Amino acid sequence: MAEKIQKFLLPTLAVGLFLMIWQYAASHYTPELFPGPTHVFQAILELIKEGRLWKDITISLTRFSIAYSIAVTCAIPLGLFLGRCRSCLRAIDPVVQLLRPISPIAWFPLAVLWFGIGNTPAIFIIFMAAFFPMLLATISAVRSIPAINYKVANNFGAKPALVFLGIIIPAAFPGIMTGLHIALGTAWIHLVAGEMLGADSGLGYLIIDARNFLRTDQIMAGMLLVGILGLLLNKLITIGEQVINKQWGINGQR
Amino acid sequence: MVNGRTPKIRLLNAGKSFHTSSEGAHVALAAGNLDIYEGEFVCLVGPSGCGKSTVINLMAGFEQPTEGSVLIDGKPVLKPDPDRIMIFQDYGLFPWKTALDNILFGLKCRGVSKTEAKKRALAALSGVGLSAWAQRHPHELSGGMKQRVALARALAVEPSVLFMDEPFAALDAFTRLHLQEELLELRKKRKITIIFVTHDLEEAVYLGERIVLMAPNPGRFENNITIDLPYPRDRTDKHFDHYRKKLFEAFDLVHKEAGRIRKEAEEIQEDGSGI
Repeated sequence: MAEKIQKFLLPTLAVGLFLMIWQYAASHYTPELFPGPTHVFQAILELIKEGRLWKDITISLTRFSIAYSIAVTCAIPLGLFLGRCRSCLRAIDPVVQLLRPISPIAWFPLAVLWFGIGNTPAIFIIFMAAFFPMLLATISAVRSIPAINYKVANNFGAKPALVFLGIIIPAAFPGIMTGLHIALGTAWIHLVAGEMLGADSGLGYLIIDARNFLRTDQIMAGMLLVGILGLLLNKLITIGEQVINKQWGINGQR
Repeated sequence: MVNGRTPKIRLLNAGKSFHTSSEGAHVALAAGNLDIYEGEFVCLVGPSGCGKSTVINLMAGFEQPTEGSVLIDGKPVLKPDPDRIMIFQDYGLFPWKTALDNILFGLKCRGVSKTEAKKRALAALSGVGLSAWAQRHPHELSGGMKQRVALARALAVEPSVLFMDEPFAALDAFTRLHLQEELLELRKKRKITIIFVTHDLEEAVYLGERIVLMAPNPGRFENNITIDLPYPRDRTDKHFDHYRKKLFEAFDLVHKEAGRIRKEAEEIQEDGSGI
């Protein structure tokens, strides 16, 4: 019982405190410079009334899911392959290590040059942000499969297809999930950047558009929405991860 | 009981050495001979570094000898075979599969039909007394239960040889005693050849029909002790005591010899560093 109160009470208190500090800090400035929470909530209501909010959210989420799905379908098979083929990994590793530290935002000029303004550059940037964490997590998940699993499969005479589908994929699954989780975070961060730079719709564009009209309340509204949606996506994948970990017996019986 | 039969498993001048860049050649097992007969229960014992794990891995086909050959049923062992299943100290169960699915995996590899596999897996589970735990995942089972599932998985594919590499070493004393009894009980039903590696001397006397004592530096076969006692054996029996004493004395010699060699090696190293 006390545990439950703590679980809900403490976060609620923290959010309340955050809003109070925000309100207090904002009271020292004009709303045009630093809007308080009440102004921002009004701006959100205004955006809802205009019908713009749902449209931008849907567009952003659509772009995000497309880019994320493409990243999943590229990174996981490639990661599974590289995790199994030591010499291939050795060969390709320098290229990966070279490309990985380049911020996805640095791709923006090329992305716009290649794809023009619209959905594609944003999708491309989100893809770049999601791809490498997924790839590296999948490779390391495959490589850290205990040798005893292969030994047992080998002993019982398992065919290569069964080893792949019955051993490698399930054994690597929790590690891959961790990669998907990390990639979700980085990709979501880069959604805003992608839409600020190369799009004319979506939450990122909402922020940049509000700036053009000096609507600081709408800027903050956009930021807040990005944060809330990111939180929800994160919650969703955490639940998925917990279900899998429970089945795989990670973190014990809880 | 051994006379007049051809051995099931033969090590013919079989040895294994590794080449490391830092120390050069390291002999894990000096070339030696060992015959194991069909249906025999042989325990391999010896201090660490005596090559007992190397021997069992060679026989199971997980490793290849660098000299001589390993034969089973007269044919060289080139790779692992489902007719000869290895039981590991850390169970080797797949954590994402239930106990039943773990056993079904082995049968699926053998191409057993689904209904037949299910029947055999359930029978194997009940054989180790775990029928009620069929749908549990390994993390929900105790160490003893996990090893029982691994045993059931092995027996379900009806191998002719069971290799057991310190299978009970990670279990607490009581569970270990239970499993030793259960293993002998299971073997009553089907006389399978068992090669059992252990560092627990009493376990070896309790289980084995023959004990092969090994010695380190380099790893080699030192001594064969036949335990001529009927099953089930009584640990408090004076005959049991006789064999225990015999094995402990033989082991003590090997142990002292190993200690002497190690000490000499250290002295040589110290002399070397003084120059």
